Parts: sequence; C-alpha cells; structure tokens
Amino acid sequence: MIIDRREALKRAGLLALGTAAWTPAALTRAVLAQGAAQAPRRGGVLTVQLNGEQRVLNPAIRASTGVYVITSKIVEPLVDLDQDGKPAGVLATSWEAAPDGKTVTFRLRQGVTWHDGKPFTSADVQYTAMELWKKYLNYGTQLQLYLEAVDTPDPHTAVFRYSRPMPLNLLLRALCDLGYVAPRHVFEGTNVLENPANTAPIGTGPFKFVSYERGQHVIAERNPSYWREGFPYLDRIVWRFIIDKAAASAALETGQVQLSTYNALALADLDRLKSDPRFTVSSKGLEANAFNNTLEFNTRRKELADVRVRRAIAHAIDVPFFIENFIYGLGKPATGPIPSSSTAFYPNNPAPYAFDPKKAAALLDEAGFKRGAGGTRFSLKLVPIMNGEDVPLLATFIQQSLQAVGIKVDIVNLDTAGALSTVYRDWNFDLATGWHQYRGDPAVSTTVWYRSGSPKGAPWTNQYGWQSDLVDRLTDEAASELDPEKRKALYAQWVKAVNDEIPVWMMTERTFLSATSKRVHGDHNTPRWGSGDWHDAWIEA
Amino acid sequence: MTILLLALRRLAASLPTLLVILAGLFLLLQLAPGDTVDALMAQMGGGDPATAEELRRYYGLDLPAAAQLARYLWRLVQLDLGQSAIYGKPVATVIAERLPVTLLLMGASLTLAFAGGTLLGILAARRIGQWPDTLISTLGLMFYATPSFWFGLMGIVLFAIRLGWLPAGGFEEVGAGYMGLTRMLDIARHLVLPTLTLALVFLATYLRIMRASMLEVMSLDYVRTARAKGLGETGVIVRHALRNALLPMVTLVGLQAGTMLGGSVVVESVFALPGLGRLAYESVVQRDLNTLLGIVFVSALLVITVNFVVDLVYGRLDPRIAAGR
Repeated sequence: MIIDRREALKRAGLLALGTAAWTPAALTRAVLAQGAAQAPRRGGVLTVQLNGEQRVLNPAIRASTGVYVITSKIVEPLVDLDQDGKPAGVLATSWEAAPDGKTVTFRLRQGVTWHDGKPFTSADVQYTAMELWKKYLNYGTQLQLYLEAVDTPDPHTAVFRYSRPMPLNLLLRALCDLGYVAPRHVFEGTNVLENPANTAPIGTGPFKFVSYERGQHVIAERNPSYWREGFPYLDRIVWRFIIDKAAASAALETGQVQLSTYNALALADLDRLKSDPRFTVSSKGLEANAFNNTLEFNTRRKELADVRVRRAIAHAIDVPFFIENFIYGLGKPATGPIPSSSTAFYPNNPAPYAFDPKKAAALLDEAGFKRGAGGTRFSLKLVPIMNGEDVPLLATFIQQSLQAVGIKVDIVNLDTAGALSTVYRDWNFDLATGWHQYRGDPAVSTTVWYRSGSPKGAPWTNQYGWQSDLVDRLTDEAASELDPEKRKALYAQWVKAVNDEIPVWMMTERTFLSATSKRVHGDHNTPRWGSGDWHDAWIEA
Repeated sequence: MTILLLALRRLAASLPTLLVILAGLFLLLQLAPGDTVDALMAQMGGGDPATAEELRRYYGLDLPAAAQLARYLWRLVQLDLGQSAIYGKPVATVIAERLPVTLLLMGASLTLAFAGGTLLGILAARRIGQWPDTLISTLGLMFYATPSFWFGLMGIVLFAIRLGWLPAGGFEEVGAGYMGLTRMLDIARHLVLPTLTLALVFLATYLRIMRASMLEVMSLDYVRTARAKGLGETGVIVRHALRNALLPMVTLVGLQAGTMLGGSVVVESVFALPGLGRLAYESVVQRDLNTLLGIVFVSALLVITVNFVVDLVYGRLDPRIAAGR
C-alpha cells in the first residue's frame, strides 16, 4: 500500500513534498495543483502528418482510420468510446433496446446545429442510416443488413427497427466507427457518391472544414457554436500528406508537424523517436484498433487441405523471434482472431501454436509428405498483401522458416491492388500474408474471415475454400445473441474452433503507434483517440 | 505565320503516336491485376461485396475493356479527360492543380542544370587535364552516380534538421496565409532543396556533354581562324565556339524535358511536393486509369511543345538548319 502511494507520488512528480502529503486528500489536492499548472491553453494550430490520402472525407460512406483521423473532428457519430472504452453518447444521449432486440431507440442531443446553421434532428439520422450506412458504407452495409426502417416519432428520437435481433453491445461498439451522421439537407436528392460534401464535409463537430488541397493538406478551424461549451481549445488543425517516411520523420523533428498516428512513420523511426525526449511514442489512445499479421491458407491445395499441414506450418514459425527482431518488439504472439484489448470478448486462452520445428516435421511426416530429393517435401506460392512495411519482412521470414522443415516457398510480389485480386478474386495463391484489423466487435469485420458463403472477390473474407458447419453456426448465433455473457461464451467457442482448424492463422497481435510532440496535451485519452473529436486537445505556445 | 503552320504540322504528325501511347497504356493497365475498386478497398481497410459492386458500377468498370477504351477515346476527341476515380473530380482539374508545381520545379532545375552545366563544361574544357578539369569531372561523376533521393534526404538532414535554414518539405507554409511577394519568397525557400536535388543529376550530364562538345568545336578550323584574327580567348569562346557547342546541349534539353516530368516522382515524394510525378505514381498504384491517361496526354503535349521549341532554337543557333527546312 505504501509502495503504491509512493509510486503514485513519484508519477505525479511530487516526492519532494515529503511526508506531509501522505494523506489521500492532500495527494488529490497536489495532483490537482499540478494539473492547474498545466491549464489548457486556448488557441494554436495542431499539424498532423498522414502517410496516405483518402480523398473521400465522408465517414458516413467510407469507414477507415485514414478517413476518421481527419473527419471525426468535423463530423460526429451517435456514440464514441469514453476513457474506459465504454460506449458514450455523442450525438445520441441515451439508448434502449426492446426485449426482443428488434428495436433500438436513440434519444438525440438537442440544440445541436450543422456547420451551415441548420438544426440537427432525427431526420438526419434516419436518412444517413437508410441511405448512406445501409447502401454505401463499407462494413455498414453488412451491419445494417437487417435494418428495415428508422422511425422518427419526434425530432429528437430515432427508432431503429431490425428484422432480426440486433445485440445492443454489437450495435453500440460498431456505431463508434460506423455511426457518423451526415446532413440530410445536403445529401438528399443528389447522387451520393458525387456529392461535393464528400470532399468538403459539413458536420456538427468541434472543427469546421476550411480547405482540402489535393496532395498537400486539409485544414479545419474552430467551430464557435460547438455544443460542448468552451470547446474546442485549438484554433485550427492542419493535416499534411507526407508520403515518404523519411520526409515524415524529418517534418516531425523540425517541428513542422506535431503528431503522426496509425503507424504513419517507419518502425525504425518510431523506435528511434522513443528515446527522443521531445516526443512520446505510444499505442495509448489507439487500443480500439488492434491488428494481426495473418497467414492465410488456400485449402484447395491438397497439402493445405490437411489440417495437420496447416498446424505444422504454424509450429514451424518462431513468432516471438520475428516480433523481437523484425518489428522492434512492437507486438506479441496472438492467441486468436479476438485481441486481448477487446475485453468484452477476449476468451483469455493461450497462444495455440508454439514454435516447435520437431513437432512440425513429425506432423508433416504423419500427413504423408516425406522429404523428397534435396530435402524438399513440396513447394508453395506465398502472396504478401502490402498492408505495412513489416509484411514483406514477414514473408521472407516465413519462407526461411518453412525451408527449414522442408517446404519450399516462392514469394510473389505484387502491389496492394494486384495482391488483393490475386488472392481474393483469382484464388491464385497457396499462402497469403497481410493484416487483419479488429473493429471493436468480432461481428463487424472479423468473423467474415471464417464464415463460409462470402461472394468470390470480397477482400479480407473467407476465400480459402474452407468451410465448417460449427464455425458458421457459432458465427450466426453470436451475431444475434442478445445476452452479452452468452455472446462472450459463444465467441470463446468460436475462437477455439477456428484456432483448431486454422484456415487463417493470426500470428501477431499489435496495436498502432502514435508519435506525438510533448507540446501536445489532452491527447490519447480515449482508446479511439486517433479517430476521436479532439475537442479537449490543446497545444503549448 | 510559318511558325504556326509548322506547329500545326508537328501536332498532326504526333497524333498517331499519341493515340498508340494512350491505347497501349490502357491495355497495359488492363493486364495489371486488380482495378481501382480493389485499390480503394485496400485503402478503406476492406468492405463488403455490395459496396465493391456498387463502386464498380459507378466507375463503369463493369463494362468490357473494349467498350471502356472506346468510351475513353470518344470523350478525348471531345477534349474531355473524364472523371478521376480517386479524387472524384474531373481529371483536367486534378492535373491543373498539380501542373504549376511540376512546371516550376522542372523549369527551375532545368535552367539551373543547363546554366551550371554550360559554365562548368566550358571551364573544364578550357583547363583540360589541369586541376579544375579533374575537380569538375570528378564532381560531375559523383553527382551522376548518386541517387537523387539520397541527395534529397541528406539535404534535409543537413539544412533542415541540423542547421534549420530551410524547410524539410512541402510547397509552402500551410495556413500561413502569405500573399504576394512574401508568398513567392516562401515558395522559393521551399523549392531550394528539391530544385538542387533534381538539378544535380542533370547538371552532371550537361557538363560532360558541354565539355566534350566544347573540346570538339575548339579544335575546328574556324576557331583557329578566329584566334588568328587576334581575338582574345573569351571572345573566341563566347562569340564563336559557344553557339556551335550548344547544339548537342539543346538536343539534350528536348529529350530530358520528358524524363524530368517522370523523374521527379522521387524528389516530389521526398520533399512532399504535390506534383505530377507523384500523381502519376499514385494513379498507377490506385489503378486510376483516367487520371493516368490524362497525365500521359498532358505530358506528351508538353514534350511535343518542348521539342518544337527546341527545333526553333536550332534554327536560331545555326541558320543552316533553318534553311534546310
């Protein structure tokens, strides 16, 4: 207990105060005093580096961290995650689900206006849900597949009616990403994909869109009539597109930009900046977006159709070695498709396949693939999908690891568009490796990797020629199970089933990283901060 | 009037080439695996098949390739470059936004490389075999052999990070709201490093050509005559030798104007400049056919124009060429 308190004091930087401060009340006062010394400053410009240009700036039709990092400051969702990772109302103030799970009622915030002065009402929610989320939004079309109608009994109530039970915790978690509301009066009666507001967004958020220079920058400025009174602190946010990673870290070091998030810098630079006192490099504030390095098996290949071969391959690769030596220790071995940060669903199981080349060789022998001439059992074609700089590294690591157990691997290098169509549309691969991104709830974008019946060509879905009745059944049951505890139990069974069969092996579990100048404050204070609204972020003069 | 006629004739002669290039590029991109929607899906971080289907229909990718090509060429005849898939704006607008940056960068570095190369080439030729020649030639070789992105990065490390004299990248101070002269100076400051980086490699070529050409011309009879008349060394070089020695240089400028457009991808990326090179690269990666074809079209026009100007300059430098036309 005493050690804890000393630890807390040290963290607050108050050890010098001595024993007089050793009461909880005094401690609180002292911490508050220190907080006051760091009183938020109004004004200033925050400049953010981005390494890719999304071009469409409408989060109601494009779900991607690259879109949110800009637009979530301008356009607001119904709900977002709070400090503890629980859904908290933004444009919605409260919600309730009917016992049968088929209707969810949202009470909406009153007195909110769009940046063009029109009031925000339930008609906007109704229109966005039915016309944008259900028709155009990637992952939204799937989530809202059974959404039949949104009723608007009054201007501040929106009632979502589903034809199948919709678990409230699934909907709320999904809506953090897939619940941004667009203004009905701007979009109604136009061609949605061609609407100019897709690149000049109009929202209700703390910042108003100013300009978007293609290939250069996006600028937004303070919204003086924001509904959270006294916010935001910043005058402006500037997002600069700096694609070259060396140039990006140069911009950070010269102070041209103060923040780089979602791994927009080279891992080597992030590792280097960690020890630079001017910056904080951390995954705090980005926990909601976990991702895995994957190894995907085309089970149409007769060797890979045998689960023993897939398990052997998993046993042959030393994942901790890869993490330590290739990606600067920025990750841990995954235990399945649900990351440990997703506490509502994480089954807390051990990593299923430990590094064991002897066992790998034994499994391959047992499956009937003995070493032939030159020690080779068979050869496989590996297609890396370039989600990040670590993917080609992992591809060569897989190649070398499998060489050791007698499997020859040929790497086929393609750019992203080429790799996606080769793997998911043409099925012209034996192994593929890329990233799986987890989005708050397994039903949003994770179970599709394993559920059968995905149409040919859909990227990041089960295109592996693999099917399991058990997995299909568990997927469907969990997606409409209303009781959170039962859902969690179903997903635990599901994780066990897919880990056993591994059509896709989740190798690593990682979170994104931000590099932030220490001049920036009020930052990374929610698990989804990179995609948050930044109303309470401020910058030292 | 004759010049206008000549220009028109040139343009007409290049039309078939242009058509072959555009059609060839179109077919080449059809061979590349994946299309715009795959690239878009990759950028979005995935999506369901319904979204992909909707987008394919929207971009007209559900039509057969021949129909797409015919549609494109028909639009081109009407001087319509089409809609950019990745920017959601007309291609003409997208290119017009980027063109000034590229032209400025290209013009500045070409001028610098040409002037510097000429000067250093003459200097080396005059002091052949002596230390200035050795020094200049060695430097030239180094510039030529070093990749330009390395120059750029080292420039950033030294002048932007260590010394803090110049900005690390970008075209101008974002959101500073400079106007008029201040803005011009700001842009100039931002362009110093990229211009130097781009110019150095070309400067090396120019100086070597100029040196060789100068040596050759200086050994010709008319130069001896000029010397015999009693002209000083400077007079001989500036008034007699230079004009003839410049001919191969002008040819080279014509050829390199085209390469510089493409060659600036690296420099534009390193310095985060919004130019045509990067746009072209992005449209390949994103499989944005309309934008890519538009850029090729504009670049081809630019090269045709530059070569036309080069032809005119030939005539000015050496009246015999004009007479034979």
